[in-house]
Parts: sequence; structure tokens; C-alpha cells
Amino acid sequence: MATTSVMGGVVKRREDPALIQGLGKYTDDFAPVGTLRVAFLRSPVARARITRLDTSRAKEIPGVVAVYTHDDVAHLGPLLAQVPVGKLRPLLAAGEVNHVGEAIAMVVAEDRYIAQDAVEAIEVDFDELPAVIDLRKAASDEVVIHEELGSNVLHTWTYHGYWEALGLEDQTPQVDEAMQREDAVVVSLDMVNQRLIPVAIEPRSVLAEYEPGYGRLTVHSSTQVPHALAGAIATQLEMSIRDVRVVAPEVGGGFGCKLNVYNDEILVAWASRELGRPVKWTETRREAAGATIHGRGWVATATLVGTRDGQFLGYKLEGIADMGAYSQNFTVAIPLLGLWIASGQYKMPVSWTVDCVVTNTMTTDAYRGAGRPEAIYYLERIIDAYAREIGMDPIEVREKNFWQPEEFPATLGCGFALDSGDYAAATQRLKEIADYEGLKRRRDEARAEGRLVGIGVGSYVEVCGFGPAVLADIGFSWSAYGLPSSFNGSGLVRVNPDGTATVIIGTGPSGQGHQTAWAQIVSDGLGIPLDDIRVHHGDSATSPMGIGTFGSRSLAVDGTATFAATEAVREKAAKIAAKLLEAAPEDIVFADGGAHVAGSPDRGVDWKAIAQAAYQGHTLPEGVDSGLEETIIHTPGNATWPFGTHLAMVEVDPDTGDVELLEYYAVDDCGNQVNPMIVNGQVHGGIAQGVGQALFEDAYYDQDGNLLTGSLVDYPIPTAADLPSFQLSHTVTPTPVNPMGVKGIGEAGTIGSAHTVVNAVVDALEPLGVKHVDMPLRPRKVWAAIQEARA
Amino acid sequence: MYPRQFDYVAPTSLDEAYGALGDDSKVLAGGMSLIPLMKMRLLSPGTLVDIGRIPGLDAIEDKGDHISIGALVRHSTTAGHPLIAQHAPALAQAAGMTGDVQVRNRGTTCGSLAHVDVAADQPAAVLAHGGVAVVGSASGTREVMADAFCMDTLTADLSPNEILLEIRLPKAGPGEGSAYDKLGRRGGHSDYAVAGVAAWVKMDAGSITDARVAITGVGTKPSLLPEVSQALIGTDGSESAVASAAEHAVDGVTVLEDLYGSVEYKTHLAKVYAKRAIQKAIGSIRA
Ligand SMILES: Cc1cc2nc3c(=O)[nH]c(=O)nc-3n(C[C@H](O)[C@H](O)[C@H](O)COP(=O)(O)OP(=O)(O)OC[C@H]3O[C@@H](n4cnc5c(N)ncnc54)[C@H](O)[C@@H]3O)c2cc1C
Repeated sequence: MATTSVMGGVVKRREDPALIQGLGKYTDDFAPVGTLRVAFLRSPVARARITRLDTSRAKEIPGVVAVYTHDDVAHLGPLLAQVPVGKLRPLLAAGEVNHVGEAIAMVVAEDRYIAQDAVEAIEVDFDELPAVIDLRKAASDEVVIHEELGSNVLHTWTYHGYWEALGLEDQTPQVDEAMQREDAVVVSLDMVNQRLIPVAIEPRSVLAEYEPGYGRLTVHSSTQVPHALAGAIATQLEMSIRDVRVVAPEVGGGFGCKLNVYNDEILVAWASRELGRPVKWTETRREAAGATIHGRGWVATATLVGTRDGQFLGYKLEGIADMGAYSQNFTVAIPLLGLWIASGQYKMPVSWTVDCVVTNTMTTDAYRGAGRPEAIYYLERIIDAYAREIGMDPIEVREKNFWQPEEFPATLGCGFALDSGDYAAATQRLKEIADYEGLKRRRDEARAEGRLVGIGVGSYVEVCGFGPAVLADIGFSWSAYGLPSSFNGSGLVRVNPDGTATVIIGTGPSGQGHQTAWAQIVSDGLGIPLDDIRVHHGDSATSPMGIGTFGSRSLAVDGTATFAATEAVREKAAKIAAKLLEAAPEDIVFADGGAHVAGSPDRGVDWKAIAQAAYQGHTLPEGVDSGLEETIIHTPGNATWPFGTHLAMVEVDPDTGDVELLEYYAVDDCGNQVNPMIVNGQVHGGIAQGVGQALFEDAYYDQDGNLLTGSLVDYPIPTAADLPSFQLSHTVTPTPVNPMGVKGIGEAGTIGSAHTVVNAVVDALEPLGVKHVDMPLRPRKVWAAIQEARA
Repeated sequence: MYPRQFDYVAPTSLDEAYGALGDDSKVLAGGMSLIPLMKMRLLSPGTLVDIGRIPGLDAIEDKGDHISIGALVRHSTTAGHPLIAQHAPALAQAAGMTGDVQVRNRGTTCGSLAHVDVAADQPAAVLAHGGVAVVGSASGTREVMADAFCMDTLTADLSPNEILLEIRLPKAGPGEGSAYDKLGRRGGHSDYAVAGVAAWVKMDAGSITDARVAITGVGTKPSLLPEVSQALIGTDGSESAVASAAEHAVDGVTVLEDLYGSVEYKTHLAKVYAKRAIQKAIGSIRA
């Protein structure tokens, strides 16, 4: 039921009325007078030397203002990256191309159609080289893509060696020893976690307006990281951050792809400064598919060793992760996020090795979950295979190996400590809401009729809301953009003279409902009604430094800052109210739109009166200065570790391999909840994306490097029509890391779902003896697996 | 996603439309297939002739001896129209499984036939129902059997100065039934057909006296499967009779591999859906 109550209340999202009426304003909706449009010439081939590039005909087309190639922008250097391991992306192709879709030339014209015509008029010849697409082949260095690097393998992440300063023990010998035990059951599977396209519904868009008279640059961009983008543009264009303002208006989905800074953003800003006119570029859907970062793209062998009676003895992952042709923002660091949760909810030694390799494809980087869905997928799939091998119920196996509530904070072999958790409780809740025993009965009855029905279970723990800031020591920061602060979040709380409140936060949401949740935090702290609070975000000039919205961090970090700013405002307001009410500040209580003396609700003042006193000044108590606002910039002392357990029931059509998702249950624990409806919304979207990976999605390059799924015709994403109603529940285990006890929920649904669905399909095929099918479980693959099992 | 330059005309009569059509023009109906091709610059007609404002093309009518589907009848209308439900259930089902709500509200049944996508749903049903394409131009109208009208991938028997005015379907008689079934690219019935089969069957005294079966999604175009029909005629329509007829589901069809299926898989699906569609058609007669 919708209420107007605050913390923990189901408050309807205040951003939605504008959005559902089509009144939301996105970057592409802005066009100052005289705005020029951009189109890029992109490579049609995966790997080649450019032997001729002639833009003269394009430049002659009326309405074309400029055509730029590498020579024009070489002085700006390659695109900055936080983790500069690998070859950095040239802003425009530097004499060679390394993936289909790489930008070769940039046309600036009076309108977008002319720009596209000019792109067609550019003449370019290629001397094609063999493309390297297959991950194992790339890792073999049979063909080295960037000769100057000497190898396609950019880096190898290991569980103990990723951060030398921690002096971690290599647990590989423990795992290997366990495999030699007489009672050891060793289960191993080769599995693909395929490459995905993030598919934000709003394509990326950037509008830059350099004002020569003022020497300042204002950039609107569909970005998740306004402050970071401002830093990146300033650094790359050798400007001061003081002169660059980035505004992220409505952002229609990002899922991580908009936390990268892109060459197009730098180029558009640069062109505006060059030309002294506003310049805008909005990607086409094909560019969104082939020139915005991809996610996942791993192949790995997962091995679990345990005893016959279900005790895990160790886990080993040996994998290869696809980095694409060039490294961008965090590319090479993405697997590291998986490493930290390699052992999931379980207590056991881990041996983990992931090679980061170059291929002639688009760059990979953070996509909803970023490294964590991959890591959890491998772990939870192999646990399922192990449970099957020893003939134990998959939930029971998991329960046997969970960290126990009293063991938190639980220090992992990778040096991090899980903050809080009660994994058994969440799993118990799942069994209840799903009626697990009843489901199993229904499955067995269906099986007896010869139907292929299966149940899959999957647990996860994830890590989000980063810091600690010391991660900067291993390159996990935003310093490449001149922002030394690794993980700042911010909140500014201002009580206006009329008694309403303005909240300004450093986040860059793309649909997460910050205007609602943050109003709830402030309303709860001050007793100002929700309708009297407006929340602003996404403007680097007006908001205090916050690094943006990604990694399920906003509430835990910027929310904490806002919570603290609210407390500070309340303290000051209490002093002012105390004077007005002739009481002691300790006796002031805030509720119902004002303050009153504890125990005497009739002795009160409203917020307007408090604000008037605050700004007018002469009636203020001694030592209290005018105004009523506070700004807090917060860096979290630690990350948070949400968790949950999901369950899916599926039926497979034995004649076609078609998978129908019949039922889906999820229990997620993100600590305290500010708005349970928003939490559920995040879980819904997250599950949909995980199901998308499990069943449909595949960013597929052929061996020549052509992206065969470059449009939504060939890259199906799940819609509501493809999904059952999800049955959701939660447990609440607050984190001690922040005062609200909140963890993140943005990525949990995705991290928890893909393996759950695959586990269910494999369970459905169990009577045929199928042990594994690689995602996406398109009918053709499931059918092929059935045929193979029957043969 | 920015087309090359083109002219746009929106005539309000057929004569005006014929006058506007020429070698470098294209008819624009619902635009669900044409506009994306233009935006990707895969197709760049000099003139778009939008037939959307020509009165009289948007009706499904009982013309006595046949049912007529006008050039501007949308998928959603075809899917929900009582005359189609009565006389061509396979087409109603195929239209209901085409795309999504937005596509069904704009795309036209005639446009789907004229476009001849390898994986389009409704052409298979039109073929199975023995549909006829009525093609008009400044010099009059001509009729072509729908099967012949779908010449090849993305190629209809239409010259640039012609308009597909209507599709005519025979009216259903006693003992007739039809059905369409498919596997969509997204699984289930959603999205273009990985394999789709439409079956029309006529039975008399417990045996099949006539049949037409058409396939889409697996070959180069939606096409009739005369071998399947032949194998059905004279049988009692039992499961085994249907299954053995369905074995001919790719006879004469060049099966193409794509992202959604190998040749082997698509061949198999063709047989599965032939069987399912025929059984449903027979079931609808018996019901
Ligand atoms: C998101 C999406 C999903 C889709 N999913 C499916 C699906 O699942 N199954 C499916 O079958 N189809 C699907 N389609 C295609 C859709 O059915 C198209 O509407 C249909 O193929 C074309 O009809 P139209 O009226 O839109 O034709 P248009 O796009 O206007 O025209 C298509 C072609 O036919 C010609 N044409 C159209 N009408 C006439 C006429 N009366 N006379 C002469 N020439 C004509 C045009 O010149 C053009 O060459 C999908 C389309 C989209 C965008």
C-alpha cells in the first residue's frame, strides 16, 4: 500500500509522473540555437591497417563544418583510463583499427542527416589483418593483436596475489591437497559466461557548449558519473575542472555502460571548444550495440571439491576474461570485483586465476554486476553439479557450508571481510515462500508424466558500496580524471526560507528513484513533509563531489552523506527552535512539519518559522550563524555485502528445446530498506537482466569479428511479456558499515538470477543425463543438448 | 539511423498514388519494415508514397464469395476480426503472434505479404488459405496467387508502380479448419518465426479431402509445402498420418542456417511445427 510515511515506507516514485507522461527531459531533448551535429565513420572490419583515408569529398558537402581524423586529435592523447593496463583507445583510429565499430573519423555538420551523408563520402582503404576473436586462441598468443604489448594476455588476477601488500596466503595447495583426499568428490565443468550488450533504453548522448566569452564548457551527457566526466574532460582537454560543468538530465538506463567516459564525449567537448559552437552527438542503436562497452565475456573451468556428505573442501576457477581491443575506464579491473566474492556464501579455500585477454572486439567493462555475476555463476553452477553428483538436495548442500551469523565479520581468503549476514535465514525464507517441498512434488509429478520440468536454486553474495578508500592503492580510484578521491558520495541538505527543503546529491541516477528515497531520508530526519522536499542530482556545478551512481553504491555512500547532513541541519534547527520556544535544544522534537517541545505537542513552531529565524539572523541564539544548510562529503570505511537466494521453476519442450520460465522466487537481503517498493523494482529489473543472459542475450562476433547481433532484431532482450510474475521476499540484516544499516540492491537481482535459471534448466534435463548447457539457453542449444544426451 | 534524402508524398486517392509512383519510389504502409531499412541506409527510395491517407483501404469485408483484407488493415485488426476468426483462423493466429502491440497496431497484413521477409508470420497463413493478391496500377488490376506473389527473399511480384490493394481469401466451408504455430526467436510465440507453419485442412466423413500447408522462417521465403498436403490427403488425420506427412516439411525448401538455428535444427523444427499446426487444424474441425 502506498503511504506518505517515510523511512521504510512504500512511497510512490516521485520521478515517475513526468516520465510516464513523456515529459522527462533527456540529453537529446536539449539543443541550444546553432547546435551542430556529429556522425562517426566506424570501421566495418575487425583488424586492419588504414592505408588511405580521404575526407576531401566529405568536407565539400554543403553544411559540413568539419571532418576530423586522428591527426587532428592526436595531441589530446588516447582516452584516459583508471586502470591503464592494455592498449588505451585512441580518440580516433590511429592508422589501424582493432574492432568493428571503432571510430575512424568524426563529421560535424549543420544537421545529423548531412553529417551521415558526409560519413558516406569519406574514402578509406584497409589492409586487413587476421582478427582474433576466440578467447582461448587469443590467450595462446598465436596472433598478438598489439605487437608493442608482446602478448594478448594483459594481466592475470589471482586470489592471493592481486594485492601484494596484503600478504595473502595462496590457498591453491589446500585446494589441490583436498582433491587428493580419499573421500574427495571432484566436480569440474567448462562454462561460458557470454558477452552481453548493456542496452540502455536511452542511447548515449552528449551535448557540449563551449562559451568563448566565458571560457567555460557546459556538457550535458547521458552519464552515470557527472563529476567524473567533468574531471575527465578537464584533464583530457587540459582545462580546469572549475571551467567544466557536466549535467546529467534524465538518464534512461545505464547498467554500468554509462559509467565509462567515452571518446565521443571527449571529442564532442573538444569540437565545441574548437568551433565555438554547441555540438551534439546521440548514438544510434547500432552504435549502442557495437561502440558502447560490453559486459561479461568469460570462459572458465570451475572445479569444486567436497566430501560425499556435502562438505566443501575447496574451489578452483581457471578463467579467461575478454577485455576487447582497447582498455577503457576499469576494463582490466572488472574481474577483480568477481574475485572478492569468489567463495560466495561459503566457507572454503579458493584458488582463482583469471587471465585478461585482448580480442578484436568492443571493449568490455562494468555491466550490471560487473565481474560478480560471472564469479557467482561459475560457483553456483558447479555447486549444483556437485550436489547432483553426491545426490544431495541443492539447498541442503548450500546450507551445510554457509558462513554462520555469529562468524561475521567473516574474513575471506582474499583479505576482505563480509560485513554481516544470515544466509541460512534468507534460504529458509525462500523455502517458505516457494513452498519448496510442494514445488519438488509438482516437479516430480510432471516428470512422472514425461514432462521436462526443473527447479533451480542459486545463492549469491555481492560486494558493493565501495570503499574503502585504500583501494586506490591498487588502482581502484578515479585519479586518472584528476579526482584523487576514490569513492566519495555527497549530500547537501538545505532548508529554504519558506520551510521547504532542497537536497542536492552527487549521484547520477538512471532510473533508481533517488528523488524519492532521498526525500524519505530527509523527511524522516527533519519531519518536513515529502511534498515539501525536492531532490536534485546530476549537476557537477551545483552538487558537492560525489563520484556517481554505479556499483549499487548511491544509498550506502551518498545516502549516508545525506543522512549525516540531515542530522547536522536538525541539530542547528533544534537550537533555533529551542530559542523560539524558550526550551532547551535537547528537548526539541521534530515531527509533522515542525518542531515542538518533548511532551508538549502544543508548544511548537513550523519549519517556516524556524527557517525565517535562521535566515533573518537577529533572533538567532548566541554562537549560531545564519542559514540552514549542511554539506557532507563521505567516503565509506568499507564496502557492503548484500546476499540472497533465488529459485526458478522451468519447463523445457522436449521437441523444440524451448524453455518456459514458469515461476520465480527471490529472497534478497540488502539490510535496512528506505523504500521497499524501489527495492523490489530493482530486484525485478535485475532478475529480468539475469534471465535475459540465461535465455536470450548474446553479443555474438563471428570469427571475422563481425558483430552479428548489432540491432535489437538480433539481440533480443526480455520484456514483461517474456517473464512470469516474480515472488519476492526479503530478510533484513543491517550492515554495521553505515548508520542507516543499508546495503546496495541495484545489481543483486542480476547477480542472483542467471545461474538460478540455468540450474533449473539443467535440472529439467536431468532425467536425460544432461550436465550442462551454455548460456544463452536458446531453444537450438537446449535441443542440441537433448539430442546429444539421447544419442 | 538517419536515412538518405527522399521525397514524401501522401496522396488521398489511388489515382494520385499511381501518378506519384515511379521507378525510384516505394509504397509506405505501416512502415514497420520499410522505415528501419531506410534508417540503416540499406534501402534509399527517392520518393515515399504514403498510402495511409487513401480512403477505403482499411476494411476487412465479406464480398460474398471471398473475404477481402484491404491494404491498410493492421495486424491487430486482422488478429481480432470476427470474419478472419471464422474464415481464416490461421491468419488471425499468425497476426496475433506478429511482433508486439505497437507493431501490430501499425504494421499491415498486406505490407507483411508485400515485404516477403523470410521469417514473416502472416504470409504463411495467407498461403495456406489459398489467398490471392490483388495488385493495382494506373493500367488496372491483376490477381496473383499469394504463393506466386512471394517470389523470393524480400521480393514480391510487384513492380515499382504497383500497389497491393487487397488480399482475397476463400470463405470457409463445412469441414474446414486451419491453424498457425511457431517457435519465436525469443522462445514461445514471441518475435519473428524461427520456424512457423500454417495448415489448412478440409475433412469429409473422417478423412482429409484437401489440405494446404505453408512454412516460414526456415527457407528463403514463406512457401507452400505441396508434398505435405499430398501426404495428408486421403488419410484419416490420425497422429501417425500427420506425423508422416510432416516428414515432408522441408521438401523443396532450401533450409538456411541463422543465429537461431542450424540447418539440422530448423529442419527438425519444420517437422515439429508442421505436425503441431496440422493437428491443431484437424482438432479445430473435430471440435
Ligand atoms: C519490432 C518489430 C517486430 C516485428 N516482429 C515481427 C514478427 O514477429 N513477425 C512478423 O511477421 N513480422 C514482424 N515484424 C514486421 C512487421 O510485421 C511489418 O509490419 C510488416 O512486415 C510490414 O508491414 P508494414 O505495413 O509495416 O509495411 P511497410 O514497412 O510500410 O512496407 C514494407 C514493404 O512492403 C511494401 N509495401 C507495403 N504495403 C504495400 C502495398 N500495399 N503495396 C505495395 N507495396 C507495399 C513497402 O513498399 C515496403 O517495401 C516486426 C517489425 C518490427 C519493427
